[in-house]
Amino acid sequence: MTAVSVDAKGGRVFAIALALAGWVVKFIAVVLVIATFNFILVHAAPGDPAQVIAGQSGASDEKLLAQLRAEYGLDKPYPIQLANYLKRVVTLDLGYSYRQQRTVASLILERLPATLLLTATAFSLALLSGIILGMLAGVRAGKWSDTVLTVVSLLLYATPVFWLGLMLVLLFSVQLDWLPAFGYVTIGVPMTALQRMVDIGWHLILPAVSLAAVYLAIYTRLMRSSVLDVTHQDFIKTAKAKGLKQGRIIIRHILRNAMLPIVTVAGMQAGALVGGAVVIETVFAWPGLGRLIYDALLQRDYPVLLGVFLVMSVIVIALNLLTDAIYRVIDPRVSVRAAS
Amino acid sequence: MNRREFAKLLGLSATALSGIPLGVTRAVGQTKGGTLNTIIQPEPPILVTALNQQQPTLTLGGKIYESLLRYGSDLKPLPGLAESWTVSPDGLVYTFKLFPGITFHDGKPLTSEDVVFSVTKVLVETHARARGTFLRIEKAEAPDPLTVVFTLKAPFAPFLNSFDCTTAPIVPKHVYDGTDFRKNPANAQAIGSGPFKLKEWVKGSHVHLVKHEGYYRKGEPHLDEIIYRVIPDGASRAVALEQGKVQLTQWTDVELFDVARLSKLPNVEMTTKGYEFFAPHFWLEFNLRVKPMDDKRFRQAVMFAVDRKALLQRVFFNLGKVATGPVSSKTRFYEKDVKQYDYSLDKAKALLDEMGLKPGADGKRVSIKFLVPPYGEIWQRSAEYFKQSLGRVGIDLQLENLDLAGWAERTSNWNYEMTCNLLYQFGDPALGVSRSYITANIRKGILFSNIAGYSNPEVDRLFEEAAVATSDAKRQELYTAVQKIVVEEVPIAWMVEQDFPNFIDKRLKNVITTGIGVHETFGAVTLG
Repeated sequence: MTAVSVDAKGGRVFAIALALAGWVVKFIAVVLVIATFNFILVHAAPGDPAQVIAGQSGASDEKLLAQLRAEYGLDKPYPIQLANYLKRVVTLDLGYSYRQQRTVASLILERLPATLLLTATAFSLALLSGIILGMLAGVRAGKWSDTVLTVVSLLLYATPVFWLGLMLVLLFSVQLDWLPAFGYVTIGVPMTALQRMVDIGWHLILPAVSLAAVYLAIYTRLMRSSVLDVTHQDFIKTAKAKGLKQGRIIIRHILRNAMLPIVTVAGMQAGALVGGAVVIETVFAWPGLGRLIYDALLQRDYPVLLGVFLVMSVIVIALNLLTDAIYRVIDPRVSVRAAS
Repeated sequence: MNRREFAKLLGLSATALSGIPLGVTRAVGQTKGGTLNTIIQPEPPILVTALNQQQPTLTLGGKIYESLLRYGSDLKPLPGLAESWTVSPDGLVYTFKLFPGITFHDGKPLTSEDVVFSVTKVLVETHARARGTFLRIEKAEAPDPLTVVFTLKAPFAPFLNSFDCTTAPIVPKHVYDGTDFRKNPANAQAIGSGPFKLKEWVKGSHVHLVKHEGYYRKGEPHLDEIIYRVIPDGASRAVALEQGKVQLTQWTDVELFDVARLSKLPNVEMTTKGYEFFAPHFWLEFNLRVKPMDDKRFRQAVMFAVDRKALLQRVFFNLGKVATGPVSSKTRFYEKDVKQYDYSLDKAKALLDEMGLKPGADGKRVSIKFLVPPYGEIWQRSAEYFKQSLGRVGIDLQLENLDLAGWAERTSNWNYEMTCNLLYQFGDPALGVSRSYITANIRKGILFSNIAGYSNPEVDRLFEEAAVATSDAKRQELYTAVQKIVVEEVPIAWMVEQDFPNFIDKRLKNVITTGIGVHETFGAVTLG
């Protein structure tokens, strides 16, 4: 292949080990800094969980507030609360939600599969079709099919995701009655594992398509301009001059090079997908993590908020590392050290 | 083409699909049995009503936990767990006789010991609203398994109005005795004695209740199961109702602007009955510590300046009634012969002029910050309506939006100028009304106390005497007197007695039968 790192073999192993160690140190440092910031941010919001519970109960007194604050540990000074929290983070203890009377870990684990299923489906759908459509548009730049694709992607990009979701529900659930309007699985009906999977799949279609739409638009447009960029590079001219077939040029030369910006953006957005589905989860009553965060925020359920933030930051950091790794696979010019 | 045909069209495995009703709920059958699908939103944190009194908890918990009494639409007591009851002539001794054969969901019997334990040990510890009433008990006795005797320290008229399922849910002593109630692991099972018991709770998705086989009322419950679905989005809830996925909605499940449209659905009926016990009262709240709101004339001007009929029509879509004073006309002891504040900009302006609040060059007399509570569409629209209305007489409102925690923090600590609020009346003025006006209840940091800071010794005296008077006639006299004073002084600008729509599938019977409405046990509800 082309210009790989020219170090001797032992040097390469050492470099990789060093890079890995560096990653781990950075990872832990970033997580702790994020945890501290989260704590400060969450507690900076006015009001506390005791007042929310009182506010939603229609009646309140001093004793109730004092009881609730003691339960949440809010009667202690902030530095002590922060120290307690960081101690728990280090020991991988996410804490306990007094509001829901459950451990935060169990609350997150319960919600995570639904969110991952939704976001991973939407993400793959958006990425895959975005790349293909962007490719088509880019290769046929200026032709009518390009214009159609560009206009459609612009429209999708400009459409609020909740509105799109509601319109899809109106069309496919209310008018046509083809797809379920909301929920994760049909409730109260005994099903075999296979039936359950199919049932979840049916429920997944509308939310996944709605969520994918905006990202699809982004990838399509990005891919189109990236393809146009690469098409005018000298090595493509060289390939054409060598007499390579158009299809081979597109796949081997254009696609591979045009993918880099997509990977960058996708890497950043993959993180957002974990927590960014709150609107879709709300519209489709999808029992995911986004709603857990949103509710916890309104309820000032600090342990849950902090727990989810922490898990999300870990996932985002991990996805960024993964993005770095994918760079190397797609573009061997990116060295271990440069990526670290 | 329906969903199943569509699936086949797409060429999906027919074998995998056959037998799945794909979102269609189980066939709803005859009078006996069946599944009621309904909505719960927002999702409650826990289901134990003795420990949490948020609205959704109470709605759902009413099926799981029962109390000694129920209340008709006229708020008169009806038998609940108690078959009969007597009150001594001095108003001090209350004796309840329980129905025989009551069992908890774990099969253990419910006896008078459980009642005494729940009321005197659990509720006074965990339930802010019940605490105010039950701390008045001098002694509670259980002379035999079916008899409970409460002796009060002093007469307290609304005592008999405090045994609904939201105020006094009965919990099992054998589960909670000697434990930390809030941390008891049994809270996850929510063991009560109601006609339905918890089968499964998938957080974020649904709560599944099934029939309690050992229920003490013969033939009840009729339904096999109730499924409360968590549907956070208003538009999706409307779709669920339109598609027949749910057969019942309550409280704010259906947005008010959707009510007229959905009322035309052929398969459902709409009623606003069943909220008499709560009688939610919507009002504009002043901070009387801030000028010029300390002046009675200013508050009267506000009453004159807001066209409450228009507010009711435009913002509340006519779901409710114009409020005329502190006591809801749906409850007992309401007095309608009080000072009337008809809509009159001239009267409002005259009062403001008289105070010396003259309009400046920009037409503004005074600028006031208004906190908009985060309870949804109605609240936002109401705030905008107040801004428009008061703007016409030169009172400039600056709207400020906050989330619930922020709003609660600011208002309860008196760090506000004007806001609006909705309070329940809980079946008796001594429980739900006096708390907003009496001096003793000016308590910083506490929501639903007298946050305005209103204080009038005569009002204090009348409310106090009315709470302990033993005859209804005497109480009416005292409450009439106090209503006349308070309406003259306008410590709070009462706007609307808000109604909430219940949409009920026409196949459902006996859903709203009492003043507690959707909080009832649903033991008598039938489908088919």
